[in-house]
Amino acid sequence: MQSTLQDLLEQVKVKISTVQDLPALEQLRVEFLGKKAQVTQLMKTLGQLSAEERPVAGQLINDAKQAIQQFLTEKKSHLEAAKLAEKLAQESVDVTLPGRRVDLGGLHPVTRTLRRIETLFARAGFEVATGPEIEDDWHNFGALNIPETHPARAMHDTFYVDESTVLRTHTSGVQIRIMENNKPPIRIIAPGRVYRCDSDQTHTPMFHQVEGLIVEKNANFAQLMNLLTDFLRHFFEDEHLKTRFRPSYFPFTEPSAEVDIATDLFGEGRWVEVLGCGMVHPNVLQNVGIDPEEYTGLAFGLGVERLAMLRYGVKDLRQFFENDLRFLKQFK
Amino acid sequence: MKVSEQWLRTWVNPDWDTVMLSEALSLAGLEVDDVELVAPAFSGVVVAQVVQVEKHPDAEKLNVTQVDVGADAPLQIVCGAPNVVVGMKVPCALVGAKLPGDFKIKKAKLRGVASSGMLCSGTEIGLEQDYDGLMVLAEDAPIGVAIRDYLQLDDVMIDVDLTPNRADCLSVEGLAREVALVSGAAFKQPFELKSVSTQGVCPQAVEVVDSQACPKYLGCVVEGYDKTAQTPDWMVRRLARSGVRAISLTVDITNYVLLELGQPMHAFDADKLVGTLQVRHAKENESLVTLDEKALKLNAQTLVIADDSGAIALAGVMGGLSTSVSDDTSRLFFECAHFSPLAIVGKARQYGLHTDSSHRFERGVDPLLPERALSRALQLFTEIAGGQISDWVQVVNDDAMPEAAEILLRRQRLHQLLGASIEEGFVRDVLSRLGCQVSDVAEGWQVQAPSYRFDMQIEVDLIEEVARIYGYNNLPDSQVGMPLSLKALPESEQDTHMLRQAMLQRGYQEVITYSFVEEAALQKLSPEIPYVLLKNPISEDMKAMRTSLFPGLLQTLGYNQKRQQNRVRIFETGLTFSLEGEQIQQTAVIGGLIAGDVYPAGWADAARKVDFYDLKGDVENLLAMSHLHGRVHFEASQSPEFHPGQCAAIMLGDQPIGIMGQLHPQWQKPFGVNGGVFMFQIFMDSLLTMQVPKVTGISKFPEVQRDLAFVVERSMPVKSLVDCIRHHEGGLLQDVQVFDIYQGQGVLETHKSVALSLRIQHHDRTLLDDEVDSLIDAIVQNVKQTLNAQLR
Repeated sequence: MQSTLQDLLEQVKVKISTVQDLPALEQLRVEFLGKKAQVTQLMKTLGQLSAEERPVAGQLINDAKQAIQQFLTEKKSHLEAAKLAEKLAQESVDVTLPGRRVDLGGLHPVTRTLRRIETLFARAGFEVATGPEIEDDWHNFGALNIPETHPARAMHDTFYVDESTVLRTHTSGVQIRIMENNKPPIRIIAPGRVYRCDSDQTHTPMFHQVEGLIVEKNANFAQLMNLLTDFLRHFFEDEHLKTRFRPSYFPFTEPSAEVDIATDLFGEGRWVEVLGCGMVHPNVLQNVGIDPEEYTGLAFGLGVERLAMLRYGVKDLRQFFENDLRFLKQFK
Repeated sequence: MKVSEQWLRTWVNPDWDTVMLSEALSLAGLEVDDVELVAPAFSGVVVAQVVQVEKHPDAEKLNVTQVDVGADAPLQIVCGAPNVVVGMKVPCALVGAKLPGDFKIKKAKLRGVASSGMLCSGTEIGLEQDYDGLMVLAEDAPIGVAIRDYLQLDDVMIDVDLTPNRADCLSVEGLAREVALVSGAAFKQPFELKSVSTQGVCPQAVEVVDSQACPKYLGCVVEGYDKTAQTPDWMVRRLARSGVRAISLTVDITNYVLLELGQPMHAFDADKLVGTLQVRHAKENESLVTLDEKALKLNAQTLVIADDSGAIALAGVMGGLSTSVSDDTSRLFFECAHFSPLAIVGKARQYGLHTDSSHRFERGVDPLLPERALSRALQLFTEIAGGQISDWVQVVNDDAMPEAAEILLRRQRLHQLLGASIEEGFVRDVLSRLGCQVSDVAEGWQVQAPSYRFDMQIEVDLIEEVARIYGYNNLPDSQVGMPLSLKALPESEQDTHMLRQAMLQRGYQEVITYSFVEEAALQKLSPEIPYVLLKNPISEDMKAMRTSLFPGLLQTLGYNQKRQQNRVRIFETGLTFSLEGEQIQQTAVIGGLIAGDVYPAGWADAARKVDFYDLKGDVENLLAMSHLHGRVHFEASQSPEFHPGQCAAIMLGDQPIGIMGQLHPQWQKPFGVNGGVFMFQIFMDSLLTMQVPKVTGISKFPEVQRDLAFVVERSMPVKSLVDCIRHHEGGLLQDVQVFDIYQGQGVLETHKSVALSLRIQHHDRTLLDDEVDSLIDAIVQNVKQTLNAQLR
């Protein structure tokens, strides 16, 4: 019997090894372990054996059955793994194809620049303030020490709505509104649109300014210069950027200065004017009920488009308001 | 103020080249705008005289000339200029000369005739010339002298952009004073001002009616002079280099004195004056024809010079035509006055004029200057043309003369404002070099400003002067202190920037469009909203203040569609403007526009054009960022800019906070846009409040989902169905979602099937099937009754 079972096992081994798929394997299972299988038949012959032989033979047959079962199980898991591998292979994707998505939009370069300016000043405790764009004469001119007869009015190229209402020519009016409604210490920046009746290659009738204002005890001119130099270095990310403060004139500041900068970005020795600043004129403080003997003010105004042009290499100011998507999308 | 450097250097001559001089002026607050060479570089050109002209034997248009250039023998030069004549003096480029444009003059043969040099036109040596042919030099031009020396061409024009406070620098003298101040070089008046001898009482009577406006009026009559006298070349040159054209000797001299000293003057033809000359305000509607032949109707606020016939000049602005000087004038009346800035300011502009005179008087002219200026003008005039001068008329109201400001400059204030300690000796020295009278007092310095500095009025003005001369850039570093107290950070305040970010995430590109738009655009899109018009727009299509962002967004769409940008998703934030009665409302809004495909062209999905619900999704996303989440509803609406069937008002309770929809197809053509365009706009205010989260417990018990489909009339808004379901449940209904809308087979053509998914859950226990069934039954019954709906 032992040799018969040995032969059987050899035969099973060979047959299983040639099986290619699960149904064929199932057929083999029926063939080798089913009712008509040889081992099943052998089991039936046990009764004809002697009591001594019977347990030994039974053991041998059972061992053979188990061995066959194990061959089948191994083969089955092997076939299943192969089948899965084939399925997965069919499911593979081209990872280089682009994904499905809505492409990200972008901020307008002016807004992007404004954000940068706001963030830098926010770190020094400045809060953002806003004001109306159609402004009354008092807030745009009068309170800023620009009476009706002042020659500076002619320099402003003002858009008029009526005799006493204008499109604001600068964001400086916001400082008046803030000072009218808040007690010092004050530290604000006021970003926004401003309007001048002027349009050519280097002027657009609308542009953006950021006004800055500090009103504190003992605020001084040297601090203002230092603050702006710091700002400009951080804005352009150039610690070697040089600033030059030139005396200038604004009716609402005294002393007043214009600020030029020079960096390697613009080429050697080239000074570029970027902003105006000064100490708030005592008349302006008086106009809003702040005692100029007790408090002093620092103010500055910067042109946002100008800074954006310098930082991002924009050559033509007018591009900012043409809104050509091919231009704007470069600022993502 | 544009001035010849050579002229400036006759007053003050620092050891600086042009570049250093310009930089020093700029850093002193007198910004040098431009430095322009009077003539480009060239060499080898001399004054020559044509001594013989013969026709070229071989060329119709050429002449063969013999030219005296101061050498032993004349040169033979072939010349093609039409105006060449014997005896004329012209510039001649010698052999070896280099003309502008690197043009070298060599010996040459022209059609067989030898030519040693070239006779030049002004243009050929880089000068302006308004006639054809050779440049004609003065008869007394010295032969053989280099033309650069003779015409003083080694000069530059320095253009200084003066701020309105520095009227004192609107003259060569004023600029020279500043140069002396910043350079330390000596300041010297380059001429001796002799008192001119006068004889006889001035025959012209003068009456100053308004002596507040005109505190000083000087004048005199000049006659018996040489009417043919010409303005000398040196004066013409200096005028030209300041951008002033020579006109006639009299006018040139008044212009010259204006440039040299800063005092505007005027000369009348004395024979044309009728009776007494008056300085008075105009009568309402009085007429005057100015020198530039403009007929003006004057108002009563205008100061004029008048005679018995009426107004003859706009005081301090421009003379009148009727009394102007001409070649025939044989008696002159020179006026040299001080007008108060307040009397002149704005007057010129009011009549559309701007003159060198008004520019100066508006800003303030030194009240002590008229005496010097009149003497200087008379000296120049009589030196050139002779003549007899009458005694001066001098009408002076000392009480109305501007007083030099008396200012206390406190040492401590100076240091406090500048954040620097500046040496006292330096301060005193600067102030006196500025022309101030300075005396030491306990607190600092008592200072009297010079008469020409109208801008020195209060202490800070002096502080600026000290800082300016000290050099802003020499002030020490000083840090702004950081505030130590933390600022409030309300969590319920939305940051505008977060809203922008939300738009970016949905693929929108931010744009910034002009706040002013074409009036017609508003009339089309929002005829019901009264708009604000500009009185002086930059152009007709930028005349009206926008009442919504739509005109700008549409224009941007059109611009980009024309450039093959067909998938457009843009948004803008900003103010819109409207009129409520007399009141101008300025309202912050956010608005957006989409057109073209939903997604960028891709391989994965079929292309689809955007529709109403694409935009609505974006709008809902935006609303979800504020406290409005779940509180806002959309109502079918009508508005002229939108498609009548695809327009929704965005409602917070019964208040509209925005609008969205498809652009009415009728506006596609007028606005130059193609395809379906969807737009929205929401008031910014409503988006800027956020919900600070308040957590509620999460139920531990299972959730039941039941799906229902109702058949309702097509026109019924799904919202009514959802509202009806929500209305009748006992707090167990967690959520209702629409998951299908069906119209077609099995449903009446007039109806639609709406499939809804309901989520039901109890907070404290597991619901029994019976409970859920009876809840659903109740809901179904209610919907059937209320909305006349059928369960499908």
